[in-house]
Amino acid sequence: MRVVIAEDLTLLRDGLTRLLEAFDFEVVDAIDNGPALLPALLHHRPDVSVVDVRLPPTQTDEGLKAAIAARARIPGLPVLVLSQHVEPLYARELLTDQAGGVGYLLKERVSDVEQFVATVHQVAAGGTAFDPEVVAQMLARREPLAGLTTREHEVLRHIAEGRSNAAIAARLFITEKVVSKHINNIFAKLGLPPSDDDNRRVMAVRMFLDG
Amino acid sequence: MTLRGRVRTGVRAVVDALFAIGLALLNPPVLALWLAGLLLSPVPVLGPEFLAVATTVVRWRADLERHISTRAGAPIPRPYLPAPPDAEVGSGRWLRWIITDPATWRDAVWLLPGALVAAGLGLLVVTITAYGLLGVALVPLWLFLGDVWFGYGLFWPTANRAEGWLALPQGLVILGAALAVAPLVRSVHVRFARLFLAPTRSAGLRLRVAHLTVTRADAIDAQAAELRRIERDLHDGAQARMVAVGMTIGLAERLVRRDPAAALKLLAEARAASTSALVDLRHLVRGIHPPVLAERGLEGAVQALAMHLPVRTAVTSRLPGRLDTPLESAVYFAVAEALANMSRHSHARAAWVSLSHADGVLTVEVGDDGDGGADPGRGTGLRGIERRLGAFDGTMAVSSPPGGPTVVTMELPCALSSPRT
Repeated sequence: MRVVIAEDLTLLRDGLTRLLEAFDFEVVDAIDNGPALLPALLHHRPDVSVVDVRLPPTQTDEGLKAAIAARARIPGLPVLVLSQHVEPLYARELLTDQAGGVGYLLKERVSDVEQFVATVHQVAAGGTAFDPEVVAQMLARREPLAGLTTREHEVLRHIAEGRSNAAIAARLFITEKVVSKHINNIFAKLGLPPSDDDNRRVMAVRMFLDG
Repeated sequence: MTLRGRVRTGVRAVVDALFAIGLALLNPPVLALWLAGLLLSPVPVLGPEFLAVATTVVRWRADLERHISTRAGAPIPRPYLPAPPDAEVGSGRWLRWIITDPATWRDAVWLLPGALVAAGLGLLVVTITAYGLLGVALVPLWLFLGDVWFGYGLFWPTANRAEGWLALPQGLVILGAALAVAPLVRSVHVRFARLFLAPTRSAGLRLRVAHLTVTRADAIDAQAAELRRIERDLHDGAQARMVAVGMTIGLAERLVRRDPAAALKLLAEARAASTSALVDLRHLVRGIHPPVLAERGLEGAVQALAMHLPVRTAVTSRLPGRLDTPLESAVYFAVAEALANMSRHSHARAAWVSLSHADGVLTVEVGDDGDGGADPGRGTGLRGIERRLGAFDGTMAVSSPPGGPTVVTMELPCALSSPRT
């Protein structure tokens, strides 16, 4: 699987490269600044990219901007965005194109290596994965989405964090069948029209983030 | 301005002219009181006390004039020097403070000419207005009182009823002229008062220095408290956790050959501790300078802030560029404080923030549809905002009638950097 990495701190860039290569990824490019990122993403069209929000020279949100711009040119180009802090605002921006294949994690999640690699695979496969902290911040502020039961809300939270049905079932100690029943209820209550399952998951997460 | 607006301004100016005449009558006795106070001031004990009362009366009268000017749209700032900190009323230092303040003398000098100008101009406006009203009401008055009027306007004497009726349009024209002229006359009056009652250049500078001294002390205090807080947070939080991480890894190192299972457990513990250290650091960083503010500027940071609130908050921004970093941060925390106050106390269901910049002034409004009744004198939150903004010559006004809505308006003089690319 081909991957592009964008991270300005050498230590972290090399660490990520080493880590991903250990799990049989092919790192086609490792970039250390903002302006070079968009051309690289468009040129390599990687199966997945791992991008730091903040990059030189401006040290603002160049990584995020480049990722969004690349996805505007190549819809659904899988991008996993990493940052020292998470903002629901950025999560929402990443989801506006509704194309899936996006993730947004705190950098420190990399330390749980297996979970991190699983998340990279999930994003590459067109899924969505948001940091538990983004999800927690969204939950802390408002009442549950209209009409969802506590259980359904919990399931939606796990979907937002990027878990598969099997993983959700294992977490909640219920069968996968019950999970998919909950998920269908969620889709129905949120008024999501029948379409392919991945797409509806993305839409549900977006509604979750919009509150 | 619409016709209605003009008429309203005119009527207000005429009313002000009436007031001005009344107030002008106060001036001679006030002046007499003050001169008496000045003459009697050498008398031990009673003299200074009497001068204190007289000066208070003079300042009250001058403040009234300044208030009227403010109402007329041309505010006159107070020129008085701040009282020396520990001077008792009537003490020698207190006397010196009163006597050496040029504003005291300027007030006194103004009293008589001010009264003459105010009364003269006021009488002019009132007379013209009254004559206009007389023309409008001539015929009814004629009928009511009998044949006692000699004439009006162009017809003198008034020969017959028809000419009497013609007084009506003439009266209207004169009344209109009076309403048009009254605001101009009032502005002459205000300008004259400003000559005496506004701070002189040097008094203005002294007041500015006094203001800067206070706001600088506030800023230094706030900064010191902030550094102390950061130090404590680091000491008790991330720093302590990193010590624990080091110790745990050290232990794991010793155990790794003898008891690999236990070492593994310790390593997992160390990783968990390092994660909590990062959580602490993130909270700390957010409190010092939120990353989203560095990345997105004020507009984006306020939007991010709004997303965290339990109350639905709409953010509108019309900022053509970015603010200076220190100002940006001060405004951000002021808005954060205002929004936090709102969600704690107001029971609002909806709120809004608007950011705009015009004529070198940044205006930030934070409003909600909650209970109202917010009082900057009581809450420490609003007071804190005021201090934060004070360092940048910013001001804050709170409008919060019982029952709501509450609007907090902050204004800061500032320039914007070049528009974003």
